[in-house]
Amino acid sequence: MIEVKNLTKKYGSHKAVDDISFVVNDGEILGFLGPNGAGKSTTMNILTGYLSATSGKAVVNGFDVLEHPNQAKKQLGYLPELPPLYLDMTVKEYLNFVYDLKKVSMPRGPHIEEICKLVKIKDVYHRLIKNLSKGYRQRVGIAQALIGNPRVLILDEPTVGLDPKQIIEIRNLVRMLGKTHTVILSSHILSEVQAVCDRVIVINKGRVIADDTPDNLSRNLSDDHSMSVIIDGERKAVESALKNVKGVKSVSYVRPHDKANEFVVEPIMGYDIRRPLFQLVTENNWPILQLKSNELTLEDIFLRLTDETIDTSNLERSLKARKEVSVKAEDIIFETEEKEDAE
Amino acid sequence: MSAVIKRELKAYFTSPLGYVILAVLLLFGGMNFSLVFANGYADMTYVLGSMVTIIFFVIPILTMRLFSEEKKQKTDQLLLTSPISIRAMVMGKFIAAVTFFSIFIGVCVIFNLVFQVFAQPDWIVFLGNVVGMLLFASSLIAIGVFISALTESQVVAAVGSFAVSFFLMSLNNIASLVNLDFVTKICDWISFSARYQTFTQGTFDITNTVFFLSVIAIFLFLTIRVIDRKRWA
Repeated sequence: MIEVKNLTKKYGSHKAVDDISFVVNDGEILGFLGPNGAGKSTTMNILTGYLSATSGKAVVNGFDVLEHPNQAKKQLGYLPELPPLYLDMTVKEYLNFVYDLKKVSMPRGPHIEEICKLVKIKDVYHRLIKNLSKGYRQRVGIAQALIGNPRVLILDEPTVGLDPKQIIEIRNLVRMLGKTHTVILSSHILSEVQAVCDRVIVINKGRVIADDTPDNLSRNLSDDHSMSVIIDGERKAVESALKNVKGVKSVSYVRPHDKANEFVVEPIMGYDIRRPLFQLVTENNWPILQLKSNELTLEDIFLRLTDETIDTSNLERSLKARKEVSVKAEDIIFETEEKEDAE
Repeated sequence: MSAVIKRELKAYFTSPLGYVILAVLLLFGGMNFSLVFANGYADMTYVLGSMVTIIFFVIPILTMRLFSEEKKQKTDQLLLTSPISIRAMVMGKFIAAVTFFSIFIGVCVIFNLVFQVFAQPDWIVFLGNVVGMLLFASSLIAIGVFISALTESQVVAAVGSFAVSFFLMSLNNIASLVNLDFVTKICDWISFSARYQTFTQGTFDITNTVFFLSVIAIFLFLTIRVIDRKRWA
């Protein structure tokens, strides 16, 4: 378990990490998501004791990183952004060095062999790290983090610079490790976080702006819930019928598509209008040619966050507000459903 | 700590650096030895005395990569996130460098054994020489370790520690130029070469020993502080 409380790191007047708090439970895979320079690596470096925080504290399995650094570090395996490899060593020498460095008590031979098998570096075991490809170096870096079988793994962009096949392999490996370890993984590849992590924390400009499951995030992070729909029917009739669908806030006409017409329908927050919409069009025998959510994908949101020209403070505020609203909306739906049942 | 010592010692021999340093030390050591030998003396004092200048150039090369390279390759992240203290890390590197240098001292023992075959070298004087040389070199190594921790560039580390050690060495020359009594006194007090000279006469002077040990302790302590401070920057 990792607890981070009000962590702040200042470089001069620049706040790299600004009052971050979160908890990672045992056996959880947490994804750190954020643009470059958002403070992901800094947070990880503080967690692992490489940097010291300006204020706040980080506790790993009950050991404060600052007060009991050695015990805390024993709980940790860390793969920094750039794997800390000695290029003049062979993989064998390197892993043995890390083994000595971490004062591991497990039997040396079998332990290292098991790790090599796990990350698939057995065939380069006797080669100089200098001569290894990026993918192999990354794997040696992961192997290094696994030595001593630490309970917490902190992986800073573990798949960066790998080819697609290797990326999938590493993701599978992380998912597998997540069953027995607590993992924090940072990435700016959203699909990766979505594929691997149980929970995602989005960091921007040193602050946590979202903390949720990947699915909830893609739903809640979006500030546009409208749907674009193309219906084969007479414009006026369809438009007025759409306005009467339960949960619809507004309808606007976009343009004609041959005989059909495109509309943008915005639902009231928290309503799913797809079913009533379907009912409406079947009743009137208006074929739906297209129904598409205008919801932002994680990709879109991320791009907006990383875009320096857009002031993200509004988005951040709306994200927070939306989270609260969506919780309330769920209650409302639940209540209305109950009422309907009663009727 | 032993893991760090082992790695650093190995690193000297997996790169050309270690071999080049040893080659230089052995070449000039052997040259001086044969000159002294050919002139009919059986005293290592002359051999080691003329090695001082060579050692000056060699020690900064020996220590330049110890910390600068770690920082440049980001391998310091591994060391600093491992459950070892910064003190153990600094001590490990220092001991590794001193151990490497001791190979040269070992060769000096062989030289003296060769003298032994033909003459009666004074082993007490030799011991003084060796202890003095070891203390003197260790002080330079400690300075080199400290400067290496200040920079990411090996070249800057080498040039920097060369400049500092050369300044400390030549203090007594500077002292003779200045006509102020207290300046001369201070310079003489700090001067490495003057303190090293007493050892070569076979006298074991406790003040000089303490002086060199203090220099080592101070610079290693400063190294620890520099590395620790970086985490707070």
